[in-house]
Amino acid sequence: MTDLGSRPPGASAMKWTNWDVPTERWLLSGYTRDRRERTVLLELAARTLFPTVIVFSLYLLFAGHSHTGGGFSGGLVAGQAFVLRYLAGGRMDDSSTVSMRPPVLIGIGLTIATLTSFVPLLFGEVVLESDIYTFTVPLLGKIKLVSSLFLDIGVYLLILGVVLDLLRTLGSGIEADVAAAERGQR
Amino acid sequence: MLALVAAHLLVALVLPFVAARSTRATCTVAALPPAAALAWVLTRAGDVLGGQEIVETLAWAPHLGLEITFRLDPLALLMTLLVSGMGVLVLLYSVGYFGSSADGKRSAPLLLAFAGVMLGLVLADDLLVVYIFWELTTICSFLLVGQAGISRESRRSAMQALLVTIFGGLAMLLGFIVLGEAAETYLISELVANPPGGDAIGVAAVLILIGAFTKSAQLPFHNWLPAAMVAPTPISAYLHAASMVKAGVFLVAALTPVFLGVAHWSVLTAVFGTVTMIVAGWRALHEYDLKKLLAYGTVSQLGFLMVLAGAGTRIAAMAAVAMLLAHGLFKAALFLIVGIIDHQAGTRDLRELSGLGKRMPWLAVIATLAAASMAGLPPALGFLGKEAAFEGFLHGGSGDLVIVAGLVLGSVFTVGYTARLLWGAFAGKRGVAATEARSSGAVLFLPAALPAIAGVVLGAAYPLVDVLSAGYADVFDAGADPYHLALWHGPSLPLLCSLLALAGGLTVHAARGRITSLRERLPNPLNAQRGYERIMALLERIAVGVTGRLQAGSLPTYLGVILLTVLTVSGSALLTRHTPIEDLRAWDRILQVPLAVVILIAVVGVVRARRRLTAVLLVGVIGYGIGGMFIVDGAPDLALTQFLVETLTLVAFVFVLRRLPPRFIQSEPAPGLRIPKMLIAIAGGVFMAFASMIFSSARQTRSGVSEQYIARAEEGAGATNVVNAIIVDFRAFDTIGEISVLAVTATGVASLVLTSRYQRRRRRGSLPMTEQPASDEAEPPRAGHGRGPPRGGPGAGPRRGGSRGSGAQGSGSQQEEVRE
Repeated sequence: MTDLGSRPPGASAMKWTNWDVPTERWLLSGYTRDRRERTVLLELAARTLFPTVIVFSLYLLFAGHSHTGGGFSGGLVAGQAFVLRYLAGGRMDDSSTVSMRPPVLIGIGLTIATLTSFVPLLFGEVVLESDIYTFTVPLLGKIKLVSSLFLDIGVYLLILGVVLDLLRTLGSGIEADVAAAERGQR
Repeated sequence: MLALVAAHLLVALVLPFVAARSTRATCTVAALPPAAALAWVLTRAGDVLGGQEIVETLAWAPHLGLEITFRLDPLALLMTLLVSGMGVLVLLYSVGYFGSSADGKRSAPLLLAFAGVMLGLVLADDLLVVYIFWELTTICSFLLVGQAGISRESRRSAMQALLVTIFGGLAMLLGFIVLGEAAETYLISELVANPPGGDAIGVAAVLILIGAFTKSAQLPFHNWLPAAMVAPTPISAYLHAASMVKAGVFLVAALTPVFLGVAHWSVLTAVFGTVTMIVAGWRALHEYDLKKLLAYGTVSQLGFLMVLAGAGTRIAAMAAVAMLLAHGLFKAALFLIVGIIDHQAGTRDLRELSGLGKRMPWLAVIATLAAASMAGLPPALGFLGKEAAFEGFLHGGSGDLVIVAGLVLGSVFTVGYTARLLWGAFAGKRGVAATEARSSGAVLFLPAALPAIAGVVLGAAYPLVDVLSAGYADVFDAGADPYHLALWHGPSLPLLCSLLALAGGLTVHAARGRITSLRERLPNPLNAQRGYERIMALLERIAVGVTGRLQAGSLPTYLGVILLTVLTVSGSALLTRHTPIEDLRAWDRILQVPLAVVILIAVVGVVRARRRLTAVLLVGVIGYGIGGMFIVDGAPDLALTQFLVETLTLVAFVFVLRRLPPRFIQSEPAPGLRIPKMLIAIAGGVFMAFASMIFSSARQTRSGVSEQYIARAEEGAGATNVVNAIIVDFRAFDTIGEISVLAVTATGVASLVLTSRYQRRRRRGSLPMTEQPASDEAEPPRAGHGRGPPRGGPGAGPRRGGSRGSGAQGSGSQQEEVRE
């Protein structure tokens, strides 16, 4: 994960030697901070921690049903990965991979949660009724899937969207304001 | 019936797509559902008049006892004929009237929706369903009158129609509920079968009458109707002839059998109706705009109808039915005729029109037919109605005789303004050049001619109308010798009244010059329009005052108000009720002590902090400390959430702090406020401390709900984590609600932050050009929080003088953007 954004020259042809080279300018890309504001240490931390925190947030999401966690805390943790990424790398604009607009994410989350609540109606049950499925997967063993997990996934996405929206408005929004004000005063 | 109403609304939804291609096609397609409704109701007419009622019920919310019940009885049959028949005619007329203008594209779907909700209104048997359709007609009329909302006048008229009728509608809803709860049924048919008694019914009657009076434009609420004349003519014709204003009369007619035992029901309708009939008729005598003249004519006729519909006798009820039908026919015809004149001649001012009778002889003929019905001349339908009306009141006590006198006077004015209309529209006038106008095509002419001719034909075929009106009127006591509608009852008092009205009306018209000058000399102390405007202005002033006081724009003020409210409401309960704090312990686990010490130190630090960042960080410390408490008490889910939210809050605070001065303002703008603020803060803190101790001591054992949650988490929700089971299963509905709130809040905050940014960017982008509108838009909120002096103190809101401490913070306008 440390070799992000530096695509080797002539790598356009997909060879077996370079199939795993990142093709996206991923984590810290596009807009970078002013040199004076940059801290390499923080960027390093972001690069290493970001995937870990995201995985942890997914763990929280799935573990919620039997351990501490859930969609709400999972979404907040994932959001905080993005906060870290923002603090280290500056605003996420359209040149970066994660350019999904936060309101869209919020809407998707809300839609998933609402649709999940209506699905039981199709099977003649009450709204928001949940069902438990248990099945066995090789290697992983017995897996218990509760249909209310989808509600949790909706919550997760919505919370993530809310945090990203916060970053967009209060974070880069105010940042752009400050920059604009400075430009205007000069 | 349900399918018909639904078809209207569905086609109305699809129509805008047709409108994109052709306006004419839109109007034609729009005429199909009312035509279907008309055809359906005509096939059923025989059964219904034979005494059979058609009922359809759709279970809506059976648990709440809510059902949509539609019922076709003779009164509903009559109204359906009017609503659908006029709907077809008006929409066909629109094909010619609107041509390919954009107005038609908007109006046709709305007219169709209007016809649909009106159909639902007249067919509905359930009072609550009636109310829903009632308000839907209000909304449709608002959109129709307002049109594209371009002219100030149409916006104002639409708003007036909306406010007045919604005001009445709300009163009526209250009346419906009182009535329905007292009778334990909301079905009109059951109410008619078993009229309830008691004091509550009297109150319900008044409330329902307010609704009917506002809708049917009775004095003193009548002014919205003439104002609504700004709408295009087909819309006015439909509003006046068949729908909207007829709804009030229809409702009174439908409920009169229920309120037979309530004395003031018939008194109120008689008094308001008669006064409305006379006053509006008098107004119509002086109007120059033909449409306005007709509008006041409608108000006058509605007064007449209200008297008849509310009287509660069989003859009056028969007269009401005949007049409802007659008025629908002649008013539609006359409006459409005036529309043709307006369309062809370019004016409808009777001072400018001259000699149209010669240019458009056929139009003059049908106008005369319709006018004959309006004036109550034989053999038109209007004559049948008026005869019956006079007959209905002539044999009562002195009160009834006063009503007859009022009705005769009203009829005199009716004949007067009918003559004025015909004379104004078609006569040649001395000193006025003959108006240039081409004859209209059949598309405009036929829809106007049909109802005019029908008015006379139905009058001649009076046994038919007699059956129809008797179908409704038979709810009332018929007496020994039931009355029948007829053109000739022999020489009788009603005939004398009619002759009196005719002679008086023609005299009034002949003396129009003198009467108008007399009117100008009369004092005019009461003006309903002025009254309405005064009330609206007063409301706006109160709104501005209240908003200015409450939305002072100062965070300390808001906080103070909230704290004081909590203290007075909850605090007084705490003081007056003796709630002991039981089982007070110093600590449960020793780890709580160091955490408490850390929190207390941070609290002292926050209060003493002078820099914003310090304060925010210390608040964060408090939050983490409380999260630690949760861990110690064994609530990891709560602790995790607390930590995460605390972190996020901290980040958000730091983001915002970049735009705020680093220090809290030192100098207080109002030093005298410091002590009260401290007192409020301390009192709030003490209250919270005691409250939390009392609350926690009140719960020594698990509640029954918690036991159930824990017991059922595994088998019911498949979760071993009961917190999660509660969130996603037991209380999942709450979760959905909460995330919806969160989504809306996040979007709202984003919009606020981004809006101020865009606005400033625009203002800066082209300063000289858009300065004025931009500052205009910003004026109201600024005026709002300009009222309260900007106070300092911790966390004060927008602070105009605050930028001096920070060089890079930008100008004052940027300061305003970020609120905490």
